[in-house]
Amino acid sequence: MERRKQYMNPYLAGFLIGLFMIAAYFFSGEGLGASGSLKSVVVAGVNVIAPNYAKEATFYKSYVEKPDSLPIKTWLVFEVLGVIVGAIISATIAGRLGSEIGKPPHITNKTRLIAAGVGGVFFGIGSQLGRGCTSGMVMSGMGVLSLSGFIGLIAIFGGGYMIAYFFRKLWI
Amino acid sequence: MGPLFPLNLIGEETNLIIGFFIGIGFGFLLEAAGFTNTRKLAGVFYGYDFVVLKVFFSAAITAGIGIYLLSYYGYLDVKEIYYPQTFWIPTLIGGFIMALGFIIGGFCPGTSICAAATGKVDAIIFVGGAIVGVFFYSVTFDAIWAPIRDSGAMGKVNIASWMGISQGLFLFLLTIIAVMAFFAVTIIQKRVTSKRDYKL
Repeated sequence: MERRKQYMNPYLAGFLIGLFMIAAYFFSGEGLGASGSLKSVVVAGVNVIAPNYAKEATFYKSYVEKPDSLPIKTWLVFEVLGVIVGAIISATIAGRLGSEIGKPPHITNKTRLIAAGVGGVFFGIGSQLGRGCTSGMVMSGMGVLSLSGFIGLIAIFGGGYMIAYFFRKLWI
Repeated sequence: MGPLFPLNLIGEETNLIIGFFIGIGFGFLLEAAGFTNTRKLAGVFYGYDFVVLKVFFSAAITAGIGIYLLSYYGYLDVKEIYYPQTFWIPTLIGGFIMALGFIIGGFCPGTSICAAATGKVDAIIFVGGAIVGVFFYSVTFDAIWAPIRDSGAMGKVNIASWMGISQGLFLFLLTIIAVMAFFAVTIIQKRVTSKRDYKL
Protein backbone atom coordinates (compact mmCIF):
# COMPACT_ATOMS: atom_id res chain seq x y z
CA MET A 1 0.00 0.00 0.00
CA GLU A 2 1.25 3.43 -0.87
CA ARG A 3 2.13 5.38 2.22
CA ARG A 4 0.10 8.54 2.70
CA LYS A 5 2.02 11.77 2.59
CA GLN A 6 2.53 13.76 5.75
CA TYR A 7 0.43 16.81 6.50
CA MET A 8 1.89 20.23 5.79
CA ASN A 9 3.58 22.13 8.61
CA PRO A 10 0.67 23.90 10.37
CA TYR A 11 2.44 27.25 10.72
CA LEU A 12 3.34 27.27 7.02
CA ALA A 13 -0.23 26.31 6.07
CA GLY A 14 -1.59 29.06 8.32
CA PHE A 15 0.82 31.63 6.88
CA LEU A 16 -0.20 30.73 3.32
CA ILE A 17 -3.92 30.80 4.19
CA GLY A 18 -3.25 34.27 5.63
CA LEU A 19 -1.74 35.34 2.29
CA PHE A 20 -4.80 34.06 0.41
CA MET A 21 -7.00 35.97 2.84
CA ILE A 22 -5.02 39.16 2.14
CA ALA A 23 -5.46 38.48 -1.60
CA ALA A 24 -9.21 37.99 -1.13
CA TYR A 25 -9.50 41.36 0.62
CA PHE A 26 -7.14 43.12 -1.78
CA PHE A 27 -8.70 41.91 -5.05
CA SER A 28 -12.33 41.41 -4.10
CA GLY A 29 -12.84 43.12 -0.75
CA GLU A 30 -14.10 39.79 0.61
CA GLY A 31 -13.08 37.47 3.42
CA LEU A 32 -12.69 33.71 3.09
CA GLY A 33 -16.04 32.15 3.86
CA ALA A 34 -17.93 28.89 3.83
CA SER A 35 -21.32 28.97 5.54
CA GLY A 36 -22.58 31.75 3.27
CA SER A 37 -22.50 29.31 0.37
CA LEU A 38 -24.77 26.91 2.28
CA LYS A 39 -27.19 29.78 2.76
CA SER A 40 -27.03 30.45 -1.00
CA VAL A 41 -27.94 26.81 -1.64
CA VAL A 42 -30.95 27.04 0.71
CA VAL A 43 -32.10 30.39 -0.67
CA ALA A 44 -31.83 29.20 -4.27
CA GLY A 45 -33.57 25.90 -3.48
CA VAL A 46 -36.49 27.52 -1.67
CA ASN A 47 -36.78 30.16 -4.41
CA VAL A 48 -37.18 27.40 -7.00
CA ILE A 49 -39.52 25.16 -5.00
CA ALA A 50 -41.66 27.80 -3.29
CA PRO A 51 -41.12 31.20 -4.96
CA ASN A 52 -44.20 32.76 -3.36
CA TYR A 53 -43.05 31.81 0.11
CA ALA A 54 -39.58 33.22 -0.67
CA LYS A 55 -41.11 36.57 -1.66
CA GLU A 56 -43.00 36.83 1.64
CA ALA A 57 -40.79 35.28 4.32
CA THR A 58 -38.54 37.70 6.21
CA PHE A 59 -35.42 35.54 5.90
CA TYR A 60 -35.67 35.17 2.10
CA LYS A 61 -37.17 38.47 1.00
CA SER A 62 -33.98 40.50 1.02
CA TYR A 63 -32.07 37.89 -1.03
CA VAL A 64 -34.76 37.14 -3.58
CA GLU A 65 -35.53 40.80 -4.24
CA LYS A 66 -31.99 41.56 -5.34
CA PRO A 67 -31.00 39.43 -8.35
CA ASP A 68 -27.34 40.25 -7.59
CA SER A 69 -27.47 38.06 -4.53
CA LEU A 70 -28.57 34.96 -6.41
CA PRO A 71 -25.99 32.21 -5.90
CA ILE A 72 -24.66 32.04 -9.44
CA LYS A 73 -23.48 35.63 -9.21
CA THR A 74 -22.01 35.67 -5.74
CA TRP A 75 -18.28 35.71 -5.09
CA LEU A 76 -18.59 33.35 -2.16
CA VAL A 77 -20.12 30.57 -4.23
CA PHE A 78 -17.23 30.77 -6.70
CA GLU A 79 -14.78 30.80 -3.82
CA VAL A 80 -16.36 27.68 -2.30
CA LEU A 81 -16.36 25.90 -5.68
CA GLY A 82 -12.62 26.65 -5.68
CA VAL A 83 -12.32 25.25 -2.14
CA ILE A 84 -13.83 21.98 -3.35
CA VAL A 85 -11.41 21.78 -6.30
CA GLY A 86 -8.42 22.76 -4.15
CA ALA A 87 -9.20 20.12 -1.51
CA ILE A 88 -9.51 17.43 -4.19
CA ILE A 89 -6.18 18.45 -5.78
CA SER A 90 -4.36 18.33 -2.43
CA ALA A 91 -5.96 15.02 -1.41
CA THR A 92 -5.08 13.49 -4.78
CA ILE A 93 -1.43 14.52 -4.51
CA ALA A 94 -1.22 13.24 -0.93
CA GLY A 95 -3.05 9.98 -1.63
CA ARG A 96 -5.87 10.86 0.76
CA LEU A 97 -8.74 10.80 -1.71
CA GLY A 98 -11.28 8.07 -1.06
CA SER A 99 -14.49 7.12 0.63
CA GLU A 100 -14.19 6.64 4.39
CA ILE A 101 -15.74 7.64 7.70
CA GLY A 102 -13.49 9.65 9.99
CA LYS A 103 -13.89 8.58 13.61
CA PRO A 104 -12.07 7.19 16.62
CA PRO A 105 -11.86 3.36 16.58
CA HIS A 106 -14.29 2.76 19.46
CA ILE A 107 -17.18 4.66 17.82
CA THR A 108 -19.54 2.81 15.49
CA ASN A 109 -20.17 4.16 11.99
CA LYS A 110 -23.83 4.70 12.87
CA THR A 111 -23.03 6.80 15.96
CA ARG A 112 -20.50 8.86 14.04
CA LEU A 113 -22.87 9.58 11.16
CA ILE A 114 -25.75 10.55 13.47
CA ALA A 115 -23.41 12.84 15.45
CA ALA A 116 -22.11 14.40 12.23
CA GLY A 117 -25.66 15.14 11.04
CA VAL A 118 -26.79 16.58 14.39
CA GLY A 119 -23.61 18.67 14.64
CA GLY A 120 -24.19 19.98 11.14
CA VAL A 121 -27.70 21.13 12.05
CA PHE A 122 -26.36 23.05 15.08
CA PHE A 123 -23.58 24.61 13.02
CA GLY A 124 -26.06 25.61 10.31
CA ILE A 125 -28.31 27.37 12.82
CA GLY A 126 -25.44 29.00 14.73
CA SER A 127 -23.75 30.31 11.59
CA GLN A 128 -26.93 32.13 10.54
CA LEU A 129 -27.53 33.66 13.95
CA GLY A 130 -23.84 34.59 14.31
CA ARG A 131 -23.57 36.06 10.78
CA GLY A 132 -20.93 33.60 9.61
CA CYS A 133 -18.87 30.62 10.70
CA THR A 134 -15.31 29.88 11.77
CA SER A 135 -13.98 31.01 8.37
CA GLY A 136 -16.04 34.00 7.32
CA MET A 137 -16.88 35.46 10.70
CA VAL A 138 -14.05 34.46 13.06
CA MET A 139 -10.90 34.00 10.94
CA SER A 140 -11.65 36.69 8.35
CA GLY A 141 -13.08 38.94 11.07
CA MET A 142 -9.87 38.57 13.08
CA GLY A 143 -7.87 39.40 9.94
CA VAL A 144 -9.44 42.87 9.82
CA LEU A 145 -9.36 43.16 13.64
CA SER A 146 -13.14 43.25 13.86
CA LEU A 147 -14.42 42.92 17.42
CA SER A 148 -17.06 40.45 16.27
CA GLY A 149 -14.35 38.06 15.04
CA PHE A 150 -12.83 37.93 18.49
CA ILE A 151 -16.21 37.53 20.21
CA GLY A 152 -16.92 34.66 17.81
CA LEU A 153 -13.51 33.13 18.58
CA ILE A 154 -14.22 33.17 22.32
CA ALA A 155 -17.76 31.85 21.86
CA ILE A 156 -16.88 28.97 19.52
CA PHE A 157 -13.62 27.81 21.06
CA GLY A 158 -14.37 28.88 24.65
CA GLY A 159 -17.80 27.29 24.33
CA GLY A 160 -16.16 24.17 22.89
CA TYR A 161 -13.85 23.79 25.88
CA MET A 162 -16.78 24.31 28.28
CA ILE A 163 -18.79 21.46 26.78
CA ALA A 164 -15.98 19.17 25.54
CA TYR A 165 -16.08 17.10 28.74
CA PHE A 166 -19.71 16.09 28.20
CA PHE A 167 -19.07 14.82 24.68
CA ARG A 168 -15.66 13.21 25.31
CA LYS A 169 -16.98 9.70 24.59
CA LEU A 170 -17.47 10.72 20.96
CA TRP A 171 -13.73 11.40 20.59
CA ILE A 172 -11.49 9.80 23.25
CA MET B 1 -5.62 51.38 -4.94
CA GLY B 2 -7.18 48.28 -3.34
CA PRO B 3 -9.62 46.65 -2.97
CA LEU B 4 -9.71 46.30 -6.74
CA PHE B 5 -13.25 45.06 -7.41
CA PRO B 6 -15.13 47.36 -5.00
CA LEU B 7 -13.25 50.32 -6.52
CA ASN B 8 -14.17 49.14 -10.05
CA LEU B 9 -10.56 48.47 -11.04
CA ILE B 10 -11.41 44.95 -12.21
CA GLY B 11 -14.62 43.63 -13.79
CA GLU B 12 -17.18 41.31 -12.27
CA GLU B 13 -16.14 38.23 -14.23
CA THR B 14 -12.48 38.69 -13.36
CA ASN B 15 -13.50 39.10 -9.74
CA LEU B 16 -15.43 35.82 -9.72
CA ILE B 17 -12.55 33.98 -11.42
CA ILE B 18 -10.14 35.38 -8.82
CA GLY B 19 -12.55 34.18 -6.13
CA PHE B 20 -12.47 30.71 -7.64
CA PHE B 21 -8.65 30.61 -7.62
CA ILE B 22 -8.41 32.00 -4.10
CA GLY B 23 -10.83 29.25 -3.10
CA ILE B 24 -8.55 26.65 -4.69
CA GLY B 25 -5.66 27.91 -2.57
CA PHE B 26 -7.78 27.93 0.60
CA GLY B 27 -9.19 24.43 -0.02
CA PHE B 28 -5.78 23.03 -0.95
CA LEU B 29 -4.20 24.36 2.23
CA LEU B 30 -7.05 23.23 4.51
CA GLU B 31 -6.71 19.70 3.12
CA ALA B 32 -2.90 19.77 3.22
CA ALA B 33 -2.93 20.90 6.86
CA GLY B 34 -5.15 17.96 7.83
CA PHE B 35 -8.46 19.79 8.26
CA THR B 36 -10.41 17.03 6.56
CA ASN B 37 -9.46 14.70 9.40
CA THR B 38 -12.24 15.07 11.95
CA ARG B 39 -10.14 13.61 14.77
CA LYS B 40 -7.39 16.17 14.23
CA LEU B 41 -10.03 18.92 14.42
CA ALA B 42 -11.59 17.58 17.62
CA GLY B 43 -8.10 17.14 19.08
CA VAL B 44 -7.91 20.84 19.89
CA PHE B 45 -10.61 20.33 22.54
CA TYR B 46 -9.04 17.20 24.06
CA GLY B 47 -5.37 18.12 23.92
CA TYR B 48 -4.05 15.43 21.60
CA ASP B 49 -3.73 17.56 18.43
CA PHE B 50 -3.57 21.35 18.19
CA VAL B 51 -3.30 21.74 14.43
CA VAL B 52 -6.51 23.83 14.41
CA LEU B 53 -5.12 26.39 16.82
CA LYS B 54 -1.74 26.59 15.05
CA VAL B 55 -3.18 27.05 11.55
CA PHE B 56 -5.95 29.34 12.70
CA PHE B 57 -3.76 31.79 14.61
CA SER B 58 -0.97 31.76 12.01
CA ALA B 59 -3.52 32.65 9.32
CA ALA B 60 -5.33 35.34 11.32
CA ILE B 61 -2.08 37.03 12.40
CA THR B 62 -0.56 36.89 8.89
CA ALA B 63 -3.71 38.45 7.46
CA GLY B 64 -3.99 40.95 10.30
CA ILE B 65 -0.42 42.20 9.84
CA GLY B 66 -0.63 42.14 6.03
CA ILE B 67 -3.89 44.07 5.89
CA TYR B 68 -2.63 46.54 8.49
CA LEU B 69 0.53 47.22 6.44
CA LEU B 70 -1.36 47.47 3.12
CA SER B 71 -3.77 49.90 4.71
CA TYR B 72 -1.02 51.87 6.48
CA TYR B 73 0.90 52.40 3.23
CA GLY B 74 -2.25 53.32 1.33
CA TYR B 75 -2.59 50.19 -0.83
CA LEU B 76 -5.88 49.04 0.69
CA ASP B 77 -8.87 51.11 1.77
CA VAL B 78 -10.31 49.18 4.69
CA LYS B 79 -13.54 51.19 4.48
CA GLU B 80 -14.24 49.50 1.14
CA ILE B 81 -13.73 45.88 2.21
CA TYR B 82 -16.11 43.49 3.91
CA TYR B 83 -15.91 44.42 7.56
CA PRO B 84 -18.20 42.43 9.86
CA GLN B 85 -20.40 44.61 12.01
CA THR B 86 -20.49 43.69 15.65
CA PHE B 87 -23.73 42.38 17.13
CA TRP B 88 -22.31 40.91 20.29
CA ILE B 89 -25.41 39.09 21.59
CA PRO B 90 -26.23 36.98 18.50
CA THR B 91 -22.52 36.38 17.86
CA LEU B 92 -22.09 35.05 21.40
CA ILE B 93 -25.25 32.88 21.29
CA GLY B 94 -24.60 31.77 17.69
CA GLY B 95 -21.01 30.99 18.66
CA PHE B 96 -22.13 28.72 21.49
CA ILE B 97 -24.53 26.92 19.14
CA MET B 98 -21.63 26.51 16.68
CA ALA B 99 -19.46 25.16 19.52
CA LEU B 100 -22.09 22.45 20.08
CA GLY B 101 -22.03 21.74 16.34
CA PHE B 102 -18.24 21.54 16.36
CA ILE B 103 -17.96 19.15 19.34
CA ILE B 104 -20.83 16.90 18.27
CA GLY B 105 -20.25 17.01 14.51
CA GLY B 106 -16.46 17.24 14.40
CA PHE B 107 -16.35 19.78 11.58
CA CYS B 108 -17.09 23.39 10.79
CA PRO B 109 -18.65 24.37 7.45
CA GLY B 110 -15.36 25.05 5.60
CA THR B 111 -13.64 21.89 6.77
CA SER B 112 -16.74 19.78 6.14
CA ILE B 113 -16.93 21.00 2.53
CA CYS B 114 -13.25 20.01 1.99
CA ALA B 115 -13.72 16.65 3.71
CA ALA B 116 -16.94 15.93 1.81
CA ALA B 117 -15.19 16.75 -1.48
CA THR B 118 -12.41 14.27 -0.71
CA GLY B 119 -14.79 11.44 0.11
CA LYS B 120 -15.40 11.54 3.87
CA VAL B 121 -18.91 10.18 4.31
CA ASP B 122 -19.38 11.74 7.77
CA ALA B 123 -18.55 15.14 6.26
CA ILE B 124 -21.16 14.69 3.53
CA ILE B 125 -23.73 14.02 6.28
CA PHE B 126 -22.47 17.08 8.20
CA VAL B 127 -22.91 19.33 5.13
CA GLY B 128 -26.43 17.92 4.70
CA GLY B 129 -27.14 18.61 8.37
CA ALA B 130 -25.82 22.18 8.05
CA ILE B 131 -28.13 22.82 5.08
CA VAL B 132 -31.03 21.46 7.16
CA GLY B 133 -29.91 23.76 9.99
CA VAL B 134 -29.92 26.84 7.74
CA PHE B 135 -33.36 25.84 6.45
CA PHE B 136 -34.66 25.32 10.01
CA TYR B 137 -33.31 28.77 10.93
CA SER B 138 -35.00 30.35 7.92
CA VAL B 139 -38.47 28.94 8.62
CA THR B 140 -38.28 29.72 12.37
CA PHE B 141 -36.70 33.14 11.80
CA ASP B 142 -39.71 35.26 12.81
CA ALA B 143 -40.73 32.99 15.67
CA ILE B 144 -37.35 32.54 17.38
CA TRP B 145 -34.40 34.43 15.93
CA ALA B 146 -35.58 37.83 14.66
CA PRO B 147 -35.49 39.62 18.03
CA ILE B 148 -32.07 38.17 18.95
CA ARG B 149 -30.36 38.69 15.62
CA ASP B 150 -30.20 42.49 15.71
CA SER B 151 -29.65 42.87 19.43
CA GLY B 152 -26.37 44.13 20.84
CA ALA B 153 -25.63 46.21 17.73
CA MET B 154 -22.36 48.15 17.98
CA GLY B 155 -21.65 48.93 14.31
CA LYS B 156 -18.25 48.35 12.71
CA VAL B 157 -15.96 48.04 15.70
CA ASN B 158 -12.18 47.60 15.49
CA ILE B 159 -11.00 45.67 18.54
CA ALA B 160 -7.88 47.82 18.99
CA SER B 161 -9.87 51.07 18.98
CA TRP B 162 -12.38 49.42 21.30
CA MET B 163 -9.57 48.59 23.74
CA GLY B 164 -8.13 52.08 23.32
CA ILE B 165 -4.77 50.96 21.90
CA SER B 166 -3.17 51.29 18.46
CA GLN B 167 -3.65 48.55 15.87
CA GLY B 168 0.11 48.00 15.70
CA LEU B 169 0.30 47.40 19.45
CA PHE B 170 -2.71 45.10 19.35
CA LEU B 171 -1.15 42.99 16.57
CA PHE B 172 2.13 42.88 18.48
CA LEU B 173 0.37 41.65 21.64
CA LEU B 174 -1.72 39.15 19.67
CA THR B 175 1.45 37.74 18.07
CA ILE B 176 3.15 37.35 21.45
CA ILE B 177 0.07 35.61 22.89
CA ALA B 178 -0.06 33.30 19.86
CA VAL B 179 3.64 32.36 20.10
CA MET B 180 3.25 31.61 23.82
CA ALA B 181 0.16 29.54 23.01
CA PHE B 182 2.11 27.64 20.33
CA PHE B 183 4.76 26.65 22.89
CA ALA B 184 2.16 25.78 25.54
CA VAL B 185 0.05 23.56 23.27
CA THR B 186 3.14 21.76 21.97
CA ILE B 187 4.00 20.78 25.57
CA ILE B 188 0.38 19.81 26.34
CA GLN B 189 0.15 17.72 23.17
CA LYS B 190 3.37 15.85 24.04
CA ARG B 191 2.07 15.03 27.51
CA VAL B 192 -1.36 13.89 26.34
CA THR B 193 -0.08 11.77 23.48
CA SER B 194 2.68 10.20 25.61
CA LYS B 195 0.01 8.60 27.80
CA ARG B 196 -1.90 7.10 24.91
CA ASP B 197 -1.41 6.56 21.19
CA TYR B 198 -4.21 8.29 19.31
CA LYS B 199 -3.08 6.93 15.91
CA LEU B 200 -4.46 9.80 13.88
